[in-house]
Amino acid sequence: MAPITMAQALNTALRDALHDDDRVVVFGEDVGALGGVFRVTDGLTDKFGDERCFDTPLAEAGIVGFAVGMAMGGFRPVVEMQFDAFAYPAFEQIVSHVAKLRNRTRGRLSLPLVIRIPYAGGIGGVEHHCDSSEAYYAHTPGLKVVTPATVADAYSLLREAIEDPDPVVFLEPKKLYWSKSDVDTPLRTEPFGRAVVRRAGRDATVVAYGPAVPVALAAAEAAAGEGWDLEVVDLRTIVPFDDETVTASVRRTGRCVVIQEAPGFAGVGAEVAARVQERCFHSLHAPVLRVSGFDVPYPPPMLEHHHLPGVDRVLDALDRLQRDDEPDPRFLALGGAA
Amino acid sequence: MTPDELLDAYEEMALIRRTEKAAHDLFMAGFVKGTTHLAAGHEAVAVGASAALRPDDYVFATYRGHHHAMARGATPEECLAELMSKATGLCQAKGGSMHLTKASTGMLGSYAIVGAHLPMAAGAAWSAKLRGSGQVAVAFFGDGATNIGAFHEALNLAAVWRLPALFVCENNLYMEYTPIADVTAVPNPAADRAGGYNIPGEVIDGNDVTVVHEAVARAAERARKGDGPTLIEAQTYRHFGHSRSDPAKYRPAEEVERWLKHDPLDVARARLEAAGVPPETIAERDRRVAQVVEAAVAAAKNAPEPDRELAFTDVWADGSATWRT
Repeated sequence: MAPITMAQALNTALRDALHDDDRVVVFGEDVGALGGVFRVTDGLTDKFGDERCFDTPLAEAGIVGFAVGMAMGGFRPVVEMQFDAFAYPAFEQIVSHVAKLRNRTRGRLSLPLVIRIPYAGGIGGVEHHCDSSEAYYAHTPGLKVVTPATVADAYSLLREAIEDPDPVVFLEPKKLYWSKSDVDTPLRTEPFGRAVVRRAGRDATVVAYGPAVPVALAAAEAAAGEGWDLEVVDLRTIVPFDDETVTASVRRTGRCVVIQEAPGFAGVGAEVAARVQERCFHSLHAPVLRVSGFDVPYPPPMLEHHHLPGVDRVLDALDRLQRDDEPDPRFLALGGAA
Repeated sequence: MTPDELLDAYEEMALIRRTEKAAHDLFMAGFVKGTTHLAAGHEAVAVGASAALRPDDYVFATYRGHHHAMARGATPEECLAELMSKATGLCQAKGGSMHLTKASTGMLGSYAIVGAHLPMAAGAAWSAKLRGSGQVAVAFFGDGATNIGAFHEALNLAAVWRLPALFVCENNLYMEYTPIADVTAVPNPAADRAGGYNIPGEVIDGNDVTVVHEAVARAAERARKGDGPTLIEAQTYRHFGHSRSDPAKYRPAEEVERWLKHDPLDVARARLEAAGVPPETIAERDRRVAQVVEAAVAAAKNAPEPDRELAFTDVWADGSATWRT
């Protein structure tokens, strides 16, 4: 078995979904002949024809609105927003209609559609190409918000997203597109709503999702050398949120750090911290800490490594987990949320 | 339209008019929660178009959409109960005045974000084309929608893929409170844009139900033949203000007077009389309409309010509002 990249796993997932279900249709900007700017849709038009995978104008509100109408007409559209911030022209469609039509019509209109969005940083793309937009979607009832961190999950979660009767915002961590793993498709990993313990440990729980999961694992390796045994929880789906796995882990370890690339204020990490302290208060030996991007627009390429949570910042947070509850001056000086 | 068809169309328009008047009275008496946007004056657009469509065609409308819901099968009682947030409403109170939807008859919603439903109609038209069903999708929208991006994105998508879609603008001269002419570079805000998408565009009398019927029938036939979308601009006028209790004092008196003299009900009645339909036959329809609406008002008033649990339904496909499925 040869290792495949996350981009190839996503491509295979789309290919298998198109093969298995005639209602599945893939479209977006440059997804047809080119095969997508990240090659996730590579070869799909050749294999399935331009009625099943096709290029659209650059018109994101139109693309998502179109998908809504197709879903009403019995199809299962999978649309690609080329980059995270390119989805903002479609925000109105996603938040006002995709998320709410079922509720508004007492379930008579159902929208089984997937909005794929390459998101987050690490590719030197500046602000419109490196945004972490998960909190906007997670805040809206009616949207499932999914973000894989492993090659196997990329395949399985995308298949599940396409089969799901609810609309799914599928966030693909750009910098993990080229990560590789030995994966034999088709395969199924844990379903939506199940977080996974990627590394078992006794001393503290590190909660992460998407691009932050490899950072959490690397930090756990580094911390092991300093005598810390970290447990790493990969959320996989932000909505539905798996309180049980997170809660069980923190009750065991008594300490929790949450990592996200997005700016800290009002982010998913804040939600995780709130839920953990609501459920694990008597098990906690230290405040729940967040390690996040700073509260600034995404910085220029030469500065992005300062902005993105790295192993050192996770280790710094660990240092503070058992000492005191003063905010870390290094973070505050940088405008961080920790 | 044959005299019989025209008589039915007249009755449907009269039913809508009377229901809208009832909605207004109920609103002023405090029975309607939130806001409401009445379509009195626009009846001929909905009824003329609907009469030209197949029962399985798709219709998308705006927050001023009571007439379209009724033209596609919603009853006055369902609509009034929905406006009054009652459990018996068309959407069991979850849609309200601005989101009347009757999916079972292809009336796929009323949308309160201007222009939002035009790309949806294009997508629904695409689905019909791919399925080879022969259905068309019709998006009704106001003049105000002609300056928003989704209008242009949808026209382009429908045109470039030659989709069986109809775009029908109800130009009532005012977006909300501001005249469309004050903010638009072309005199006919919808039809004048058709050239940019290489599709036919026409301006019609939206207060003459027979004119609307003919124009929509032509456009639907064209769409079903695979010749692509048509943009129709139906000129009409609101009999009430934009919303709530807006008295619409910003409209010049002579303009209001001119349009009220061109009432779609009067136009249809004159055509019926010219076709030899006896006034007593028309009056009989009027009486029937009055009875239906009177009964609808009473039923809607007496209908139960929704249970508190309603708020926690249908967020997700399993019918619940929890985070897990």
